[in-house]
Amino acid sequence: MSDTVLSVRDLRVVFETRRGTLTAIDGVSFDIARGEILGVVGESGAGKSVTGSAVIGLIDPPGRIAGGEIRLRGERIDNLTPEKMRRVRGRRIGMIFQDPLTSLDPLYRVGEQIVETIRTHTDLSAKAARARAIDLLTEVGIPAPERRIDGYPHEFSGGMRQRVVIALALAAEPELIIADEPTTALDVSVQAQVITLLKRLCRERGTAVMLVTHDMGVIAEAADRVAVMYSGRVAEIGPVESVVRAPHHPYARGLMGAIPTLSDTAERLTQIPGAMPRLTAIPPGCAFNPRCPNVFGRCRAERPEPLPVDRTRVACHLYDERGEAA
Amino acid sequence: MSAGAYVEVEDLRRVFDVSKPWLNRVIERAPRQTLKAVDGVGFTIRRGETFALVGESGSGKSTVARMVVGLLPPSAGEVRIADISMTDPRQAAARRRLRARIQMIFQDPYASMNPRWRVGAIIAEPIRAFNLIQGEAAIRERVGELLRLVGLHPDDARKYPHEFSGGQRQRVAIARALASQAEFLVGDEPTSALDVSVQAQILNLMRDLQDRLGLTYLFISHNLAVVRHMATRIGVMYLGRLVEVGDKATIFGRPRHPYTRMLLDAVPDLAHIGRARTPVSGEIPNPIDPPSGCTFNPRCPHANNRCRAEVPKLIDGVACHAVEEGRLGA
Repeated sequence: MSDTVLSVRDLRVVFETRRGTLTAIDGVSFDIARGEILGVVGESGAGKSVTGSAVIGLIDPPGRIAGGEIRLRGERIDNLTPEKMRRVRGRRIGMIFQDPLTSLDPLYRVGEQIVETIRTHTDLSAKAARARAIDLLTEVGIPAPERRIDGYPHEFSGGMRQRVVIALALAAEPELIIADEPTTALDVSVQAQVITLLKRLCRERGTAVMLVTHDMGVIAEAADRVAVMYSGRVAEIGPVESVVRAPHHPYARGLMGAIPTLSDTAERLTQIPGAMPRLTAIPPGCAFNPRCPNVFGRCRAERPEPLPVDRTRVACHLYDERGEAA
Repeated sequence: MSAGAYVEVEDLRRVFDVSKPWLNRVIERAPRQTLKAVDGVGFTIRRGETFALVGESGSGKSTVARMVVGLLPPSAGEVRIADISMTDPRQAAARRRLRARIQMIFQDPYASMNPRWRVGAIIAEPIRAFNLIQGEAAIRERVGELLRLVGLHPDDARKYPHEFSGGQRQRVAIARALASQAEFLVGDEPTSALDVSVQAQILNLMRDLQDRLGLTYLFISHNLAVVRHMATRIGVMYLGRLVEVGDKATIFGRPRHPYTRMLLDAVPDLAHIGRARTPVSGEIPNPIDPPSGCTFNPRCPHANNRCRAEVPKLIDGVACHAVEEGRLGA
């Protein structure tokens, strides 16, 4: 597909520790097309943030990419030198993190930070870069940008700061944006504003977005496709309507039932017993097997590969016609 | 006093002094600054029900919770629990007896436990402090019973808090709260730090315990979906004031206050796949310098001059001039 912006194949990320090698990401594959928002959900420890960090080449030692490929518009970026990767980051891949205050330097005016980013990645003059920074601030909905551009980060409210960070991520017109929990630190009314903004910018500019979050509600509203991660693996990936309304993987089903919604009438929430295994103790076979209500012999021995089921891909032996219990 | 009310909160106020230090004030000729965290909040909780306070950050919901349990003295107003005043000095003895029956569950269970104590000692602490059971063997048995009640194993008493996952720790916190034969639990965002599948376990547990032990809950949360799942009645707070109070069906089915409507519309929900919307603009104003009149007026689509001048009173469960005057269609 020529429209594919990001293609991740069989990604493996490991952390070398004194107690041995921990596999944080194990065989993760997905694509993101132009103008598409891929939501990556999972509970803490599922490996969703590590996946995002791997794509932008920000995995710090002792962690490293131990296998697989990451391609940006067909070009491999997982084996670039740090210097080359630095040029890809910011220029071709923008980043938005959870806490906007840590992404902004408190000692520099907001405008200086945006101008610096623009001038690092393009050959605009200082004056043109400033005009462009004002345009960006206007675009992300900051009122009176001509005046606000000279403010310091602490003079902005939480929601406005996250808008500045989005402007910063867009500064070099990247093809891909990695947004890691961009709305988690914000209040709901502001969260709604930021989601709407992200969706609009992605549509208008055709930017591909990888939206990493634990909030299924945010995913349901913003994403086109969803990948549900569990223990460093993709349990199910597919269009948002299918995964949210009719999930196939037992974990995805449990997860959707566990979330209280504004419309459900259920007296009890679906309960998945136990918790996600630690990286030191991932069970053999399917990582979900000790918690799975549909577990059978094969699940404990053999790891399921993602296979197409309806419109999604599901890594579960239940959907494999060769499986005994399918 | 209304019949059946277990907790009565009347015109509760809390002012924090956020002035600069004395020397700065003198040099800069700066006046004292105060922040009205809670500004005239009143509600009642009936025995056995769950009353939830929702609001965004800075709305004062946690401050109300802390005043209700007595962790923070109110600047004005009164809290009465089981007909005992929490402020009247003449009822000090009765209040001491009542204290054991009021317990709080915090957002981060790890921060509320001594990491050097075994879980058994943590749960036994209220039993010893209130002298509820005599004899080590009897205490040990009671601790085991409590652990079983919250879905843990009696042998877990020998472990330390760090050996548990977040959800299990919250279970320990609930066991400790129940150790003193509590009948009123105040949960301040008890599941906000937990993953959704674990949150479901804790919410289910809290409801089961309520059914079995007839507990009364004051539940504080910013998550409307969680509140909808847990609460019998709900109070919506904005900048230190209650803007709307009502039972669950009313708040979620026929919300009247513009802020409640906005909040409900803003929540990202599983049912709204790919929803396009026009979110309400603006953020919560600085509570040190709140807008005059109704504090929601700068963000409200129905605000008029009266809203900017006059603080609306809570009438029939809503504090809104537009609703009172019938300017707002149902």
